Amino acid sequence: MDTIDRLLAEHPFFQGLDPRYIQLIAECAREVTFKMGEFIFREGDPSNKFWLIRSGKISLEIFAPGRGPIMIETLGEGDVMGWSWAVPPYRKQYDARALELTRALEFDAMCIRGKCDEEPKLGYELFKRFSQIIGQRLQATRLRLLDIYGSHT
Amino acid sequence: MVLTLKPQTTYTVQSDLMVPTPYRVRGVRRETSDTFTFELESVNGDGFSFLPGQFTMLYLFGVGEVPISISGDPSRPEVLVHTVRAVGTVTRPLCKLKRGDILGVRGPFGSSWPMTEAVGNDLVIVAGGVGLAPLRPAIYHILSHRGEYGRVAVLYGARTPDDMLYKRELAEWRGRFDMQVEVTVDAARPDEWRGNVGVVTTLIPRAHFDPYHVTALVCGPEIMMRFTILELQKRGLRDDQIYISMERNMKCAIGLCGHCQYGPNFVCKDGPVFRFDTVKAIFGKREI
Repeated sequence: MDTIDRLLAEHPFFQGLDPRYIQLIAECAREVTFKMGEFIFREGDPSNKFWLIRSGKISLEIFAPGRGPIMIETLGEGDVMGWSWAVPPYRKQYDARALELTRALEFDAMCIRGKCDEEPKLGYELFKRFSQIIGQRLQATRLRLLDIYGSHT
Repeated sequence: MVLTLKPQTTYTVQSDLMVPTPYRVRGVRRETSDTFTFELESVNGDGFSFLPGQFTMLYLFGVGEVPISISGDPSRPEVLVHTVRAVGTVTRPLCKLKRGDILGVRGPFGSSWPMTEAVGNDLVIVAGGVGLAPLRPAIYHILSHRGEYGRVAVLYGARTPDDMLYKRELAEWRGRFDMQVEVTVDAARPDEWRGNVGVVTTLIPRAHFDPYHVTALVCGPEIMMRFTILELQKRGLRDDQIYISMERNMKCAIGLCGHCQYGPNFVCKDGPVFRFDTVKAIFGKREI
């Protein structure tokens, strides 16, 4: 098993995935490093990649004129970044910036989509996992909308 | 004083439990824009011991009385410490008290965090907003009995970096080699904050503990506690490993008036700390 296969198999996101599929996915992955402060993508960019963060921290930000950049969420070790590659119009909706030196596995979304077309069961497995991530992020967003720590008097 | 409720049932009320003892403000620290920590000392010089998680009733003469969790060190009972957020008709003027001012104190009341039952276990402490205040005595206890517990993770969520309580202590705890401290805020600007942004539940998958041998102490807004429990359950915790601190409208604080009734419980007497399995059936129920 080469390094990327091993890193994928160890990552919680792919836990329990058939080793055959791990191998297929590994063909679309490469190791990357982002320097502190480096932008990984910008709002409006084509969404043709996603990442599994191995170490470090990334901030998802939106820029509001007059207010400057606002941090929406931070992602760290073990997190998956990017799901807009899976659904049209395949565009990034936020900026992503490394808050510290960050190492990740980067996936070519076109390649992954191709593998999913060839192996629909792999596609189903991947989409189940991404649906979970999307659900978690939606729930976290709803919680923040409630402003639960506000005084509410 | 004897209060007769039914012909066959009588309850003896110790009158001194209803009488406030005068305490003097020894010091005040501003934690956030609306939250202050008060150090109080008994005017008569006689403090009281308390257990982590318990509360007192603070009486602002001529204004009213409010239940406030004790947030000080249980090994220093001579100083009574309370962190108060100015949100109501009593707490707003209470937060204006200055050094030397006098207020009334009744207590301590209520149940406590399971510090004895948790001995030998890992501990995960999840706090949201001012919910860190009732948990601070438990953290002090753990630190002074560090060898009795396994791994300790403190996970804290606040609204913004400016709304965080006990910043200096959080930094100190984080600097220790025997404790994991993770903090997150709901919103921040990149030029003011380099930490985590997101709800406190997102910290739970990163906490280091053995799910089979861990006790979870959770305090914060009820919605936050609901989602925290779900996340802890995902990590494999059973209901009887999770303790929560409930907040209700406590008045008498001794289980008589019924203002804080919570299903079959009175929060002032049976709580505020409950083991989750004992309240699971009513927790989060709209009708309760």
